[in-house]
Order: sequence, then structure tokens, then C-alpha cells
Amino acid sequence: MNPLRAWLIRLAGLVPNERRERELADELEAHLQMHIDDNVRAGMTHDEARRHALVKLGGVESTKEAYRDRSRIPMLQNLLQDSRFSLRQLRKSPGFTLTAIAMLSLGICASVSIFAFVDAALIKPLPYKDPTRLVAVFESIPMAARSNLSYADYIDWKKLNTVFSSLDAYQRGGALMATPDGAKPARTARVSDGFFRTLGVSPVLGRDFFAGEDSPSAPRTIIVSHSTWQTQFARDPNILGQTVTLDGDTHTIVGVLPREFHFSPAEPAAFWLPMKATSPCELRRSCHTIYGVARLKDDVSIETALADVTRIAKLLEKQYPESNRDQGAALAPLTEVISGDIKPLLIALLGGAMLLLLIAAVNVANLLLVRSEGRRREIAVRSALGASTGRLLGQFLTESLMLVTSGTALGLLGAHWVMKLLAALIPEDMLQRMSFLRGLGLNERVIAFAGVISLFALLLFSVTPSLRLIWSGLREGLAEGGRGSAGTAWRRVGSKLVVVELATAVVLLAGAGLLGKSLYHLLHVEVGFEPDKLATLEVVAPGAKYKDDKQRIALQQQLVQRIGSLPGVQRVGLANQLPTVGEGSTTWFRVVGRPHNGGHYETPQREVSAGYFETLGAKLLRGRDFYDSEDQSKPPVAIVNQALAKKYFPGEEALGKHLTYLSATPRPMEIVGIVDDIKESALDATTPPVLYVPCNQSPNGYFSLLVRTSQSEESILTTIAATIREIDADLVTLGPTTVRTMMNNSQPAYIRRSSAWLLGAFAAAAFILSVVGLYGVIAYSVSQRGREIGVRMALGAEPGNVYRLVLREAGWLTAGGIVVGLACAIAAATYIRGLLFQVQSWDLPTLAIVATVLGIAALLASYVPARRAAGVNPVDALRAE
Amino acid sequence: MKYISWAFSRVLLLSHRTCDTLLWQTNMGNKTDVWQGTLALMVLKTLEALGPLHGYGIARRIEQTSGDLLSLNYGTLYPALLKLEQEGAISSEWGVSENNRKAKFYKLTRAGRKQIEQETRSWEQTTNIVARFLGRSGDPA
Repeated sequence: MNPLRAWLIRLAGLVPNERRERELADELEAHLQMHIDDNVRAGMTHDEARRHALVKLGGVESTKEAYRDRSRIPMLQNLLQDSRFSLRQLRKSPGFTLTAIAMLSLGICASVSIFAFVDAALIKPLPYKDPTRLVAVFESIPMAARSNLSYADYIDWKKLNTVFSSLDAYQRGGALMATPDGAKPARTARVSDGFFRTLGVSPVLGRDFFAGEDSPSAPRTIIVSHSTWQTQFARDPNILGQTVTLDGDTHTIVGVLPREFHFSPAEPAAFWLPMKATSPCELRRSCHTIYGVARLKDDVSIETALADVTRIAKLLEKQYPESNRDQGAALAPLTEVISGDIKPLLIALLGGAMLLLLIAAVNVANLLLVRSEGRRREIAVRSALGASTGRLLGQFLTESLMLVTSGTALGLLGAHWVMKLLAALIPEDMLQRMSFLRGLGLNERVIAFAGVISLFALLLFSVTPSLRLIWSGLREGLAEGGRGSAGTAWRRVGSKLVVVELATAVVLLAGAGLLGKSLYHLLHVEVGFEPDKLATLEVVAPGAKYKDDKQRIALQQQLVQRIGSLPGVQRVGLANQLPTVGEGSTTWFRVVGRPHNGGHYETPQREVSAGYFETLGAKLLRGRDFYDSEDQSKPPVAIVNQALAKKYFPGEEALGKHLTYLSATPRPMEIVGIVDDIKESALDATTPPVLYVPCNQSPNGYFSLLVRTSQSEESILTTIAATIREIDADLVTLGPTTVRTMMNNSQPAYIRRSSAWLLGAFAAAAFILSVVGLYGVIAYSVSQRGREIGVRMALGAEPGNVYRLVLREAGWLTAGGIVVGLACAIAAATYIRGLLFQVQSWDLPTLAIVATVLGIAALLASYVPARRAAGVNPVDALRAE
Repeated sequence: MKYISWAFSRVLLLSHRTCDTLLWQTNMGNKTDVWQGTLALMVLKTLEALGPLHGYGIARRIEQTSGDLLSLNYGTLYPALLKLEQEGAISSEWGVSENNRKAKFYKLTRAGRKQIEQETRSWEQTTNIVARFLGRSGDPA
């Protein structure tokens, strides 16, 4: 017995075979003849003998049928037949077919593309060993729940904790790399020796840092990222042992990281250096610059771990009250830290895309339903001729299968390109930081998602037309002879589907509207300065050349002078950190003359030049600006913003008061000016109290130049860069841009802009689809009621009555859709609350505009069929059918 | 009228009923699954006993052997023969019957003989087991 052989033969039997048919006929004929002969011999008449033989055989045709079923695979045969018929059907109405496939592929393309981003950021497992056991480690302070650790604290936490199998540290950084063409800026990350072991990552080439390699005395070694190996070293297999010179120090390459490795909190990083804690900051317990990452011990939960590190933080607070007061602890799953920022954005977009898909699918389902109405007679006849319900359903299934398969294939193809397009639209800098997006692509999870979507679509599309079969008796179709009223099944479901479509469109439109409004608010938020006609770039002075403060001050003054005299330049300022970026260092201070209980006033500090406020266009409310001559030889001075004055000097005049850092020897600085609040935080955050000190009193080798121009910012930037090279060819300049661009591309603005645009695009598509859907429903309803309208008009109804009849139906559907949609929109908007800025989820103007626009569009869409109905000649209408 | 005939011609192409195959009708009722396998064994045994034979001959022989207890629907024999042929247990060729009719003759292959052995064994086993149950339930102790 060989079933496989049998199946193969039966598969081959699918090819029609005339000989086999003939032989079967011959064989049965011979059978009958032999039987008849026997019967006749037994004494029957010839007719009787033949009849008896036939009865005994059970009929020639049904025997042949059973034989055929056995000679091939009936299910497959049916499928082939159904497919051929479906293809013919679909080809016969290309309008329907193309519309359905186009809508479906649009929906699938949108949702799959967005899902690919969701997958890369949130679903794809992190490229570490057992990533769910990894936690990000922070100190928590009153100003920020997740703040960095000081090196000394990190060492103590590492020693004292009982919950981590390992705890390591990292810090994002930058350096100047020596190249044959001069110094180039390079992105680096500094990590403690066990960092990669904690993550469970091993280099693909060379070795990991060994224990103790991060001690200051160890030889300088370095691990390079995979992309650095690829681009800067052309995949040189002999890269190990080569050297890289960063900031004047020579490092030996000992390893290359795997291609799939990413660690966005420290990236982009071309080079990974062992953290040799030698800087003055790292020797001070009060200087917080690093972040921690730890692996939980096997049986330890994150809550237990948090309790343990909190205990340590308390211990240290007691032991070192000066530096560790109010320094708590915080832990978070590493996943959350790596891609948590864009989670709300992605969820909102995925929701939008799925809604668009829903609308598209509902539209297609409605089309299918309408089509099945038109095919009532065909189905009735088939069933009367003996087609089983299963067979009829199989036909619908095959047709939907063809639609869904082509829609999915096209959608995936589109998604492949759309994904690339969307990734290309992300600003370069932001894309590099979101290093997890390197995993973006049509991988197995994305394909599976597309598969699940298409299965649902398939189910929906084959169930909808089948409902007709179930609800209305099959034979009705024959009996009625097509003279029926509008299909009841369609009336029951089809017209209601359009309510779903309209409601979905309302949700998407409202979402896009709210996000658009948020973006507008964000870009017009009061920043406290004039962002237009402001050019900026960062300058890095190599430390080897600009060692002491005098040299740095001289350089800064030269820069301000030379650039300030360029044509078109009105004013030049310097700062260690620009407004609206939302990053920067903070400091602790106290007010001189007030009793000090050891508490920390923590506030962001900016080091700025004289003329910085004027360049920005910020308003100095009281007092004066810094002087150019105010360096360390002069008494320390400070300017504070109004928020600081209000917070720490309520009801007092802050001007003339003295502040001091919490250093061992107090150095009181006088508040010489109060400036109106400048947005020193990110655009969507409230401006904190800020302390400004003259950069001449604590000069940096790394600062931002700010240039107010009277001409276009872009053109002046090249001149500025050239001037800086003239001053000293060793100076490195970074990120020339305009302040306006910088604000527009900042993360809060980018997240809202991208979501507003994408949701806007989804909403536009949804709007069109739903209005077209409504038009289709009304037009179809009118065409089905042609006779009824004809009768009404023949009996004396005015065109106005007909209008009312049609528009009432449309009105109910539209009103239903809008009301349901508004309710859903408010609910949906609470989900994207995090993305909204200065807009409530129930923002009335937005909702009102959405409702009005959709209402008017719906009215127009139903007016067209209404006019056609009213213009009908009753005699024609009555005769037509 | 025209419309109906158009639909008719198109529909004919499609409508294939799935055939409900009631293979056997015996005085014991319809036990298709049991009898389907058994029919194959009966065919094979018949061919083993009589040598190459045509379908009609096989059908008659089965009826006779059963002492006319089985009433065979001859039509069901042909799909069963096709199945055996597809599985390689029998082969067929055209020949001439005893009363000079051209007919298709079936004969056992080597695989078919092996199948008889196998199926006989498993059939005996089955009847054995069933017999034990029947014997025990009939036992008054």
C-alpha cells in the first residue's frame, strides 16, 4: 500500500485526460453488457435485463463521477475551478477589482510599514543575552526622576548591592580624531570594563575589555563599532592592533562589535573606550556624569532591586551628606530606556494605520456585499442545480483569496519602499541616536503581521457576501426573478458599515487635527528670544593647543570679533549650550546670607558670553549684561532668569544678591542682571530657573557660536566656517544650522510633526475612502429603489420629496458616523495625550471643524445620487426593470 | 427566458456535487468506514483466488462468496479498484472475457500480495479482539 504514490497519481489526474474517460466508458459498457448477458441467460427479457444491470451498478453517471473523484483530488479540482471562475469574474469587472485591490493594498502598506517601525523599536528582542533581565540604573533627584550617577556613587553601588549579578557604567561622548586630513570629530562612548559582559555581547573580531582594563594605569585600548570597521577600515581583517588617535591619545584596537549590536543610550558611537576615571569631575562625588546598566540576579525582581539600591543611596546620603543629599535611586527596564521615547508616537501611528486599514477593508467588504446582491440570480441558479452551500461559500472564499493575496503582495511591496522613505525622512542626527532602527525591514515578524492582517481581511471578505446566503433563502433569488426591493441583507449590514467608515474617518481626522494643533502650539511657544535670522555652529578647540583659560578666552574673543565684523553679521554670542535643546549641566547653589541647612538648590547653569542675550534677542529685565572684560581676575557675577528670581527670591529684589556654589570655600557671585525666561528646556517642557555665568570666568574648549544676521542664515554659515578655519585650521566646527531648523528638528517638534503628517495622510485617505464609501452606498440604494421612486413620482411626489427621501437616509448614516466618531475620537485622543501639547483631547474647535467638514462632504456625496433620483422620469423607472 | 438560459449554460460548468458514497448496503446497516477497507481486502482475495479478472467478475464473485448476504452496489467497485491500482496493489490491462467481450482485467501485483498478508493479519487481530469482547459479554459468569 503506497498512499504517497496514490496521491501523486491523483495529482497528475488534475490534467484532463480523454483516454482515461474513454476507457472508463468502455469498461462500464463492458460491465453492463456482461451483466445483461448473464441476466438474459437467467431468463429476463432484454429490457428487464438492462434495467436490472443499471440498477445494480447504481447508475453509469454517478459511478463515473465517483471514479473521477477518486482519479483526482476533488477539493483541489474545485479550487482550480473556482479560481478560474473567480479570475473570470474579477476580470469581467475590472473597476471593482482594481478599486478593491488598491484600497486593500493601501491599508496593508500603511499598517505594515508602521508595524515594521514598531517591531524594530519595541518588539524585536534587544541584541543582548536575556535582555529582559537588564535594567537601566539612575540616581533620582528632585529635578529629574532619572538622572546620572557620579563615578564614586557608581563604585559604591557596585560594591554594596546584593541584587545585581553585575553593574556597569556608560557615558556618551565625543572626541577629535587625528586623520591625515586633520582633526575630525568622532562620536565615542566610554564604558566600564564589564559593560559588554553585562549585556552579554561579545565582539565578532578580537576581544572584550578585560577586568581592570578601565583603570587609569592600563594601556589605552579601544573597541570599534561594526559600521566603523566597515566604513573607516574597509572591513580590514587585520584591524586588531591598529591604532586610533583621539584627543591626542593613541588607542590600540582590540575588538570589533557585532553588526546587530546597538545601544541607543550611548549612541551614535564609532568607538567604545574603557572608562578611565581620571577627570576632576569623576574624582568628585558630587559630579554626576555617567549612567548605569545592570543585570538582575536570577531570582530578583526589579522592585526588590530598587529597594536595595534605594537602601544604598540612603546609606551614602548619611555617609556623605554634602554631596549625596536628596540623591535617590531609580531603575527601569532597559527596553524602556532604549526606545521608550518614541513608544507613544509609534503606538499612535500604528493605531492610525490600523484604522485606515479598517476603513479600506470595510469599503471592500461593502463593495463585495453590493456585488453579491447583483449575483443573487447566479447563486440561486447554481444552488437550484445542486451546488451545496459549502461549494457556494468556497466560491466566495476563492474570490476573496485572490483579492487579498494580490492586495497583500502589493501592500508588502509598497511597504518595502515606504519604510525606506520614512526612515530617510528622519533627521540624520536623530536616526543615528535611534540606533535600534537599524533592524528595520520586512523580517519574519513583519511578514507574520501582514499574514494575520490578510487572514482577517480574508475572513471578513468571505463572510460578508456569505451572510446573504444565510439570511435570505437561496431560492428566493430565483423566485423573485430579480424584481425585488433593495437587498435586505445589504440594507441590514452594508449601509451600517458606512457608519463605521465615517466614524473611523472622524477619529483619524480629529487625531491629525489635534496633533497638528499641538505642533503649531509647540513651534509658537514663547521661547523668550527671536529664533529667526540666527545661525549657529559648534566649535571644538583641541585641548592640546588650548590648554589654559587665557588661551581659550583669547580664542573666544577673537572669534567674536572676526565673525562680528563679517558683512551681514549683526551680533555674535557664545554659550556652552543653546536654548530649546533641553540638555546641559546643572549646578548646586545657595543664597549667601541665608541660613544653610545643607539642602541643594539644583538648577541648570549656562556659561555665556557678553552679548549673548543681545544676540538671542532676549529681554534683560533689570540690571546689566556681562562685560567682555569680566574674567577670573574680576569679582564673580551671575545673571539669573525670572523663574529663578521668582522661585528663590519671592517678594524680594534678586538684583544685587549673592549666590555661591556648594564648594568648600564659598565664592559668592553677585546677581547683576535678571533676564526674561529663555526656553532653556526642551520646547514642550516648562522653563526651569536658570543660572547664567560669564564664560570668561569658566572658559570651555567646546562651545556654540550664535550669530545674528541680516541676510539668510544658510549663506552666512559657510563664510563663518571659512573665517574660523582662517583663525586656526586646527579648530573643528560641527553642526552648522539655523536656530529655527534646530527647533523644528528637536525631538518634541519632530515627534509631533511626523505624527501629525503621517496621521494627516492617513486621515486624508480615510476621509476620501469614507466619503466615496458613503457615495457608493447612497448611489446603490437609489439604484435599488429606482422602482419605488418611480412609483412615488408617478403617484405625485415632487422632486423635493425625492431629495428628502435620499438625503434623509444619507443624513442618518452621516450623523450616526460623526456622533460615534466624535465619542471614539475623544477616547482615542486620551491615548495620545502624551503627544498633545497645550491641546485638550476634547478640543472643541478641532472636533467641530472635523464634524463640519465631514458633514459637508457627506452631503455633497449624497446630493449627486439624490439629484439623479429626482431627475428620473417615472415612466422610465417603472419600465426599466 | 433568455436570461435564465444564459445563467444555465454558465452554471453547468461549475456545478459538481460532491458525491455521497454509500458503499455498502447490508442487512446490518451502513458502516462505510469498516466496509470500505474490507472491500479492498475482498477484491484482493478474489484476485488471489481466481487470477486476473474483470470488474464485473469480481463483483459477482464477492456476492457469491458472501453467500449473497452482501448486496453490493457494483458501481462502488470501480473507485475501489482505481484506488488499489493507484496504490500499486493491482494492475490492469485490456483483454477478452469468457464470452468474447472486450474487458479490463485486473491482476494482483507483488505489492498486492504483501498487502493481503498484512491486511489479513490485522483483520484477524481485529476480529480476535472483538470476538473476545463478544465472548466475555455472553459469559454468564
